[in-house]
Amino acid sequence: MVAVETQMELLSAVKHKFGAAGFSGGEMKGGTPVIWAPAEKLPQLLPYLKSEGDRTFPVLFDMAAIDERLRNHRLNQPEADFTLAYHLFSFDRVEDIYVKVPLAGAYPSVRSIVDIWPVANWYEREAWDMFGIVFEGHPHLRRLLMPLTWEGHPLRKEHPARATEMEPYRLPEAREEKEEQALRFRPQDWGISRRHDDTDFLFLNVGPQHPGTHGLLRIVLQLDGEVIVDAVPDIGYHHRGAEKMGERQTWHTYIPYTDRIDYLGGVLNNLPYMMAVEQLAGIRVPERAQAIRVMLSELFRIASHLVWYGTFAQDVGTMSPVFYMFTDRERIFDVIAAICGDRMHPNWFRIGGVAQDLPRGWDRLVRDFLAYLPPRLKEYDRIVMQNRIFKARTKGVGAYSLEEAIEWGVTGPGLRACGLEWDLRKKRPYSGYENYEFDIPTASGGDCYDRAVVRVAEIRQSIRIVEQCVKNMPPGPYKADHPLATTPPKDLTLNDIETLITHFLQVGWGPVIPPGEAMAAVEAAKGINSYFLISDGGSGPYRLRIRTPSFPHLQMIPLISRGAMIPDLLAILGSIDYVLADVDR
Amino acid sequence: MYSAIISLITVFGVIIAALSASAGLIWLERRLLALWQNRYGPNRVGPFGLLQVAADMIKILSKEDWVPPFADAAVFVVAPAAIIVPALLTFAVITYAPGIAVADLNIGLLFFLAMSSLTVYGVVLAGWASDSKYSLLGSMRAAAQMLSYEVYMSLSLMGVVMLAGSFDLRQIVEAQKGLWYVAPQFSGMLIFLTAGIAETRRLPFDLPEAEGELVAGYHAEYSGMKFALFFVEEYMGVTLISVLVSVLFFGGWLGPLLPPLAWLAVKTLFFICFFILLRATFPRPRYDQLMSFGWKVMLPLALANLVITGGIVLASR
Repeated sequence: MVAVETQMELLSAVKHKFGAAGFSGGEMKGGTPVIWAPAEKLPQLLPYLKSEGDRTFPVLFDMAAIDERLRNHRLNQPEADFTLAYHLFSFDRVEDIYVKVPLAGAYPSVRSIVDIWPVANWYEREAWDMFGIVFEGHPHLRRLLMPLTWEGHPLRKEHPARATEMEPYRLPEAREEKEEQALRFRPQDWGISRRHDDTDFLFLNVGPQHPGTHGLLRIVLQLDGEVIVDAVPDIGYHHRGAEKMGERQTWHTYIPYTDRIDYLGGVLNNLPYMMAVEQLAGIRVPERAQAIRVMLSELFRIASHLVWYGTFAQDVGTMSPVFYMFTDRERIFDVIAAICGDRMHPNWFRIGGVAQDLPRGWDRLVRDFLAYLPPRLKEYDRIVMQNRIFKARTKGVGAYSLEEAIEWGVTGPGLRACGLEWDLRKKRPYSGYENYEFDIPTASGGDCYDRAVVRVAEIRQSIRIVEQCVKNMPPGPYKADHPLATTPPKDLTLNDIETLITHFLQVGWGPVIPPGEAMAAVEAAKGINSYFLISDGGSGPYRLRIRTPSFPHLQMIPLISRGAMIPDLLAILGSIDYVLADVDR
Repeated sequence: MYSAIISLITVFGVIIAALSASAGLIWLERRLLALWQNRYGPNRVGPFGLLQVAADMIKILSKEDWVPPFADAAVFVVAPAAIIVPALLTFAVITYAPGIAVADLNIGLLFFLAMSSLTVYGVVLAGWASDSKYSLLGSMRAAAQMLSYEVYMSLSLMGVVMLAGSFDLRQIVEAQKGLWYVAPQFSGMLIFLTAGIAETRRLPFDLPEAEGELVAGYHAEYSGMKFALFFVEEYMGVTLISVLVSVLFFGGWLGPLLPPLAWLAVKTLFFICFFILLRATFPRPRYDQLMSFGWKVMLPLALANLVITGGIVLASR
């Protein structure tokens, strides 16, 4: 793989520039290169990697912390109590690199990199919130996902993972008062003034309960009349501890949790997790299983985009489209339910393949749907996209440039709307996407309307992909013939005792995945979704990190809504297409 | 004595008709929206779900009638009344058919415009008295929107007044015996209808309420009977504008075969359905777009209509 050369080349360049002390290389199971760097070199190393070196990585794609204190298989990595992993990415060369920084001590501290990548702001707050790692020089190092009154840092290994390990929850009046006070917005905490010259600003809480925020999201607006002077998003109301739960589930039993990360994406969430686990286990997925995965993923992409389409129209005030699109989505769910047995969260992919083969007559169902949708889309173009008021409400609103998009880690339709023809399915095909013909829709303005244009075009491309799946569904097994494929093929378990025992162990105990680290990313409906897994040779992940597209997208809200009006904010929120579960995890 | 009984019957007849039309609109709107949105709508209570109106009324009347502790209680209570009284009063001056009118006022049209101006007080006071940020923003929008659209509304009607030579609604209808005013006053009709939608704060001009943005805008803090008054007033506004469009531009009760009252009812129903269709179709423009549309498109159009009509009337003397 090219990745190894990248890592060698980059490592020698870095060693040459910064001195060899403390630097070393590594590689994950799937080939993602890793560079270990000492913490004190970060402020020079990261700008070098971002823009100064020969091979630049302009995107801070993700940042994960790892509590290493209970880990048995360190795999020759440098000594550390905690590790920070900066996941950098280059769109041009489609290259990842993990820069890992070993940290010592129970509550280590490291210099903040917010001045290098503004998008690091929330990632660092999250790492502080979850691990207690202090970032020196961070402008607002306060809790992001957990309540402000929370004690402890949940992703540390000593923090209980189950409610039953903690005191029963009680809410006496004094505590309620305290929680309420903690939620009160104080402009001075954010460096926002209450008045300017002879204007008193109005501070408006949009959310956490608001019809326009699509879920539990709170944005505090600083208003001058109806014009937004500044905005402070407050997330975490939908936080369910998905990463912590991963550490107490088996590899197999965690699959249903992934369905619910982007709850509109269904099996699209299963895919990156499955791919990462399969990298760790060294499983090759058979062709038919790959094609089934692609087909279901694309059906879910259409379903997710339809929900966005309807709710976006509703955000700018059109009442009716949302009903049409939910009806269409229900038709997709009919197909999905016939194949998977469930609608929104079918929990369908398995380690090494999918849960079952396609049922008899599946192709007729899918074909019927493919014939049904395109005329409807044409009608929606007329009632939504070509409506003059709709255009007036969305064109030129909430625009960002391609440079800003890259700086802020935007992926998916939001990136393509800025004119970059970039889709992971094309640039680094996975699960057999190289076998399908489809285009990458783009737009040029990067505003709300352009994001809509891209998504509508993507629905049509997804239809093309599903058509090809129906036409060319390969024969063969739907699950890999591999000892770690879970659950083992049913017909074998009925015939030989070995497979039956494996089946029993893998369901009861969980498959034991060899120690290692892996990262897998897919082009989900809302952007790139990736899973970073660490196996310590157990039946479940030692650390599970989910990179979701909505998280960085929401962080951009203040940037793109300053100077806009309240109705524009709603158009912007609708055009971002986020799901709060995807943001908070 | 006899005439007094007749007037009493007319008075109560009009009030009951106006109120029950507004109540019936709850059902009609829900059914029609459902029809256009691939749904069923209320179809369980009574035949065709007609008793849904009664169920809705029972529900809304039995809800807790809450005055927020932070609100200006007196104004908060007065505001819903202030909004519904002008609406009801306007129904008094409309001539529904020959001889059927509460008050055959010779300045009926002016009276309507005056009452319609008063409505804005109810909306603004409601938002102000609620002492809630969303309500405040909603009532600010309402004040600007309703005041500006009233200007074009009055101007658009002057063409009709000039043609008929009267502010009396009965005479206006009778003047349309040869030709409905929609033909010579087509742009006037469009402006009046648009301004009428803005005055009644219906989609696409529901900015003061703007559910997705301001939650419920000026009446966000209202509940129970007080909320019901805003609700009914909206439907009364819709009915009123529909009646007026029919009377001013579509010949009112004039028409063959059917009795006069039935003709007016049919025409009114048509425009009510049109209001509902608009709601099912359009997105909501932004506040500044609404205002610039008003001042830059509607006002010049209304003025041009006024000047041209005036010129023609003068020339044909």
